[in-house]
Amino acid sequence: MKIKLNGEEREAVTGQKLADFLTELNYDTGHCATAINGEFITRSLYSETTIQENDELEIVAPMQGG
Amino acid sequence: MSLRIGNKEIRSRLIIGSAQYPSPEEMKNSIIASGAGIVTVSLRRQNPNANEGAKFWEIIKSTGCEVLPNTAGCKTAKEAITTAQMARELFNTTWIKLETVGDEYTLQPDPIELLEAARVLNNEGFEVFPYCTEDLSIAQRLVDCGCSILMPWASPIGSAQGILNEYALRTLRERLPDVTLVVDAGIGKPSEAARVMELGYNAVLVNSAIALADDPVDMGKAFAAAVNAGRLGYEAGLINTRDMARPSTPVPGTPFWNE
Repeated sequence: MKIKLNGEEREAVTGQKLADFLTELNYDTGHCATAINGEFITRSLYSETTIQENDELEIVAPMQGG
Repeated sequence: MSLRIGNKEIRSRLIIGSAQYPSPEEMKNSIIASGAGIVTVSLRRQNPNANEGAKFWEIIKSTGCEVLPNTAGCKTAKEAITTAQMARELFNTTWIKLETVGDEYTLQPDPIELLEAARVLNNEGFEVFPYCTEDLSIAQRLVDCGCSILMPWASPIGSAQGILNEYALRTLRERLPDVTLVVDAGIGKPSEAARVMELGYNAVLVNSAIALADDPVDMGKAFAAAVNAGRLGYEAGLINTRDMARPSTPVPGTPFWNE
């Protein structure tokens, strides 16, 4: 199924949990935060959150800022 | 010269940004040299397999500063709220420098979105540092919805134009005596930071003027000295201005003097 990750289209396995998706992509979940369709998903919910078709994921990490 | 925010005692009234330095090492050295007690950070999209975020975070932690994440680039209250929630988890802090861009050219904050986001985040237990203009009515509304800190601009972000409306900044200080006021943006020279502190502001945030200087480490030191000088001057009590001269040397006894 198609999803968007940080604005770019990509494929994800239907019914895949967010935790598995992040692990598959080698994300260091201790140093990133996630939102799906504009809603914040706390780390404790990664394993019970299912990615749906056309979901828009934002995965962010610490960065320089003013 | 410490600053109290919530239940935290901050060692300096200079807040420093972490962006635009020539290198991570220069950033770290400049932050340390400035003596700042708070450093601003951001969050940005991270690609799979990238690890820059973790490396940056380790450097920031090594400075010993409190961390103030921002919502830079957000345009709506909704975007800013979600970004704040992500920042709280990522940086393990309830502090958030709330930014809602209203105009791309000036980066002037959108006061309507700002107010809405501040209201929600205050209710969620955040310590909100809203980046606002010098508008007194919006400032008062932000205070009314629970903000105890305000961050008005001196001039647009990164413009180095200094204080464009001193009257308005002075008025904010006079009308909101119990609010922690921090000038956030537009400071280009140490003397401008000193002036802000002479007005009775509680702190100054500087990023571009330090990071883009020929020598960011020395500029960090210069701003630290300026902020301390301005605060000391404010606490010592500035004398009033006068239209007419008043001799500082005693007049009686002047040679050849006749009353």
